[in-house]
Amino acid sequence: MEEKRQDNILEIQDLKVIYKTDFETVEAVNHISLSIGKGKTLGLVGETGAGKTTTALSILRLLPATTGRILEGSITFNGHNLLEYDEHQMQAVRGNLISMVFQDPMTSLNPVLTVGEQIAEALRLHNEHISKEEVEKRVEETLSMVGILPARKHDYPHQFSGGMKQRVVIAIALCCEPELLIADEPTTALDVTIQAQVLAMMRSLRERLGMSMLMITHDLGIVAQTCDDVAVMYAGEILEAGTVTDLFTGTDHHPYTQGLFNSIPNIDARAHRLKPIPGLVPDPTDLPKGCVFSPRCEHCMEICKEKRPETVTRGTHSLRCHLFQNQEGGDAHAG
Amino acid sequence: MPVEKSAPLVRTEGLKKYFKLKGGAQLHAVDGVDLEIRQGETLGVVGESGCGKSTLGRLMLKLIEPTDGKIYFEGKDITKLSVRQMRPLRKEMQIIFQDPYACLDARMSVIDIIAEYMFIHRTYKTRAEIYNRAAQLMDQVGLARRYSNAYPHELDGGRRQRIGIARALSLGPKLIVCDEPVSALDVSIQAQILNLLMDLQEELGLAYMFVTHDLSVVKHISNQIMVMYLGQCVERAEADELFAHPTHPYTKALLAAIPRPDLSARSEEVQLIRGEVTSPINVKPGCRFAARCDHCTEACTEKDPKLMEISPGHFVACTMVNGQ
Amino acid sequence: METANNTTQAAVYKRSSQAKEIWRRFRKSKGALIGLILLVLIAAVVILVPLFLPYDLATEQDYAKMLAPPSAEHLFGCDGYGRDILARVIYGGRTSLSVALIATLTSCLLGSALGAIAGYFGGWVDSLIMRALDIFMSVPDILFTMAVVVALGASATNLIIALTLAYFSNYVRLVRSQVLSLSEQDYVEAARAGGSGNARIILSHIIPNAIGVIIVNVTLNVAKIIIYESTLSFLGLGMPPPQPEWGLMLSEAREFMRTAPHLLFFPAAAIVLCACSVNLVGDGLRDALDPHLKS
Repeated sequence: MEEKRQDNILEIQDLKVIYKTDFETVEAVNHISLSIGKGKTLGLVGETGAGKTTTALSILRLLPATTGRILEGSITFNGHNLLEYDEHQMQAVRGNLISMVFQDPMTSLNPVLTVGEQIAEALRLHNEHISKEEVEKRVEETLSMVGILPARKHDYPHQFSGGMKQRVVIAIALCCEPELLIADEPTTALDVTIQAQVLAMMRSLRERLGMSMLMITHDLGIVAQTCDDVAVMYAGEILEAGTVTDLFTGTDHHPYTQGLFNSIPNIDARAHRLKPIPGLVPDPTDLPKGCVFSPRCEHCMEICKEKRPETVTRGTHSLRCHLFQNQEGGDAHAG
Repeated sequence: MPVEKSAPLVRTEGLKKYFKLKGGAQLHAVDGVDLEIRQGETLGVVGESGCGKSTLGRLMLKLIEPTDGKIYFEGKDITKLSVRQMRPLRKEMQIIFQDPYACLDARMSVIDIIAEYMFIHRTYKTRAEIYNRAAQLMDQVGLARRYSNAYPHELDGGRRQRIGIARALSLGPKLIVCDEPVSALDVSIQAQILNLLMDLQEELGLAYMFVTHDLSVVKHISNQIMVMYLGQCVERAEADELFAHPTHPYTKALLAAIPRPDLSARSEEVQLIRGEVTSPINVKPGCRFAARCDHCTEACTEKDPKLMEISPGHFVACTMVNGQ
Repeated sequence: METANNTTQAAVYKRSSQAKEIWRRFRKSKGALIGLILLVLIAAVVILVPLFLPYDLATEQDYAKMLAPPSAEHLFGCDGYGRDILARVIYGGRTSLSVALIATLTSCLLGSALGAIAGYFGGWVDSLIMRALDIFMSVPDILFTMAVVVALGASATNLIIALTLAYFSNYVRLVRSQVLSLSEQDYVEAARAGGSGNARIILSHIIPNAIGVIIVNVTLNVAKIIIYESTLSFLGLGMPPPQPEWGLMLSEAREFMRTAPHLLFFPAAAIVLCACSVNLVGDGLRDALDPHLKS
């Protein structure tokens, strides 16, 4: 990508993450690189098992301690490599500089504390000398910012509906005004009309706070409506990346991306049969030898089965596919 | 599209299901639904959580007893049939569940799960014949025979859902209620299963009641679509017609809320519905959508809106639209 | 193309492979394996040795050998009446263990049956059973069993009855909660959708899925019952002397704790060994069955 380093709030370089158990090693993330521009939203798209959540957890160093291992790579946030931080330094980052919102609002909130207390907890953690009045004031501000009546700060999570719970979770994430928000499928568990409300709220908050966002989702529609840049992830690798214009209006796509587009029933047209991608996501303990997508790709060539493709970059659009090697205007480099 | 005049396979009149809660309150899960499904056709039932669509699906099969109203299957009134009397009818109507793992007994192998119904109804005389038929069903739904002795937890969501489909087909039903069959699956697997369901419908002349919250899926597979809100049908029409001319404010909002995978709609202001779904407990008279509707008037909160036909085959329950 | 025969034959295989899976997981835990080996050894000793060792050895009194420490002739020494402790431990094991096992089985069967009925049918049946249970549970274990033994007299059978009544309530609650949650599962609804009746659902779906939890609880309870049975005989509520029984031996050993500790050591070691090995096996079973229960 041609962006200048200082315009990126987060840069991941060559990240490799595995989960190691007694039986097997799961290769969850395999040498990915991506970057998020300041004030921009990067959509990380992929299906189950692609490694998106692992990537997010790696940024905040929240991988399960017993099995998760970051083997290689760097994660640079505002110029500092987070992988070199110790736990104490990471605690100062989490919730304060980088916040995360998870998928299921039901389990993200503590059922025995009021929502006000949970927001206050986050505030007090990152603001040592904050007064009680200031905390209360900020709690109420944050609640109204996400569209909840400030008076409801005394209510418990079970008194809120799913959509409202997710707003509370977002409130907790945003109360310290982080620079980067990681949202892992934040609306998947919500009804579509509530999803629209929550996404609209997140969009306006982003604008207000000048926040950058990493939006993890499997829904291409959400990507189109909320993201500036996109990275398509599959079996631990980024197969295609670019601006949202590159992805939705560009002509050349990775066969997997094309397959994803073909799998979604298009609401504005009526086709008789969908064109699904045949087969299944590969076993992460036993990934294919050449290109990870080769077993399912209809354009698979001999070279695809043997050699991992290199990333071809054309301006902002990059593709990791043998189909696009040796074409004009491309700079091939090892991904 | 001209409506066929053949008799419907299944029909309901004023179907209601109320659940009694502690303290005497009534939860109006399904509140007066009329529908009909013809042989070989799909009725899509769309709505968000709490609209009663899953309850409706189970009512059709009499897995739950209706509180009021009537259900007709092949012209026969089955509303008051006992569990015993329903038994032979189980061969005619089946269900596919949303959670592809929970609906399969983890202790039974794939082939045993598929064969179970045939054992209950003694469809064939010998075990060998039953297992043979089960293996054929596996072929029909695209499950490799080598999985016969596998257990559900060894297989992925898509394959598990195929097991559920094979089991549903085992008795040769005419109607299958599909309760969010692809919601729990990945996008690429969803497409595979949807294609399978559509192929089976063509091959076997099945009728489907396809319950889902995903409007794009329902358009793809349905002939007719019914939009539900808080236990009632607010709009019903042929699929193309519903998407071309959505009339009820809720239907319009539902369509507008779906994020489209294209950039043209990006800068437009999305028409959002205010607020949250109101409670289905002890419902008061008047339109249930009134509190969230931008076009709400006095009349809306006084009387229940009636389902009226605004164009051939297109029904809407809205006081404002119907000018009541 | 596989024929029907192939699939039926293949279908027969499934039973054993499921058991094999569980056995494979069980084997992984060293503790569980050790426990199992110990149990097998104990069972072998308790069942086989008495075939060679006459019973008299356990009750024959030899005043010359009173309180004799362990020697070549009497491996565990002799007790206050000159009786061979090793023989008494082995025969005592027969009594104690068989009482414990039978009591475990009967309490499990009684409790599980009641729990399954209460959980599946609910309503007034459930209320009736649970309130009756409350009555049983409101009396402390020891008092309850004491009362039963005093009323009926001390014998193996009565001991079993007392232990059953003391422990069956565990199973009622356990099985009831299992059945309650299992009845809500989608696959039970699927079975109903296929026309399955209640009996078939309970036998084919609910019990097989609940049995894992029940088995684990049974093994863990066996340890408790072994100790409990020893407690009872220690208190003099067990079988009358001169019948050998571990708890009774402990009781008799009290006087000689300082002068002849071997009287205390061997029966105590036997109780501990049994309880521990059963616990180890129970833990191993729970872990072996668990991954299968979880998704």
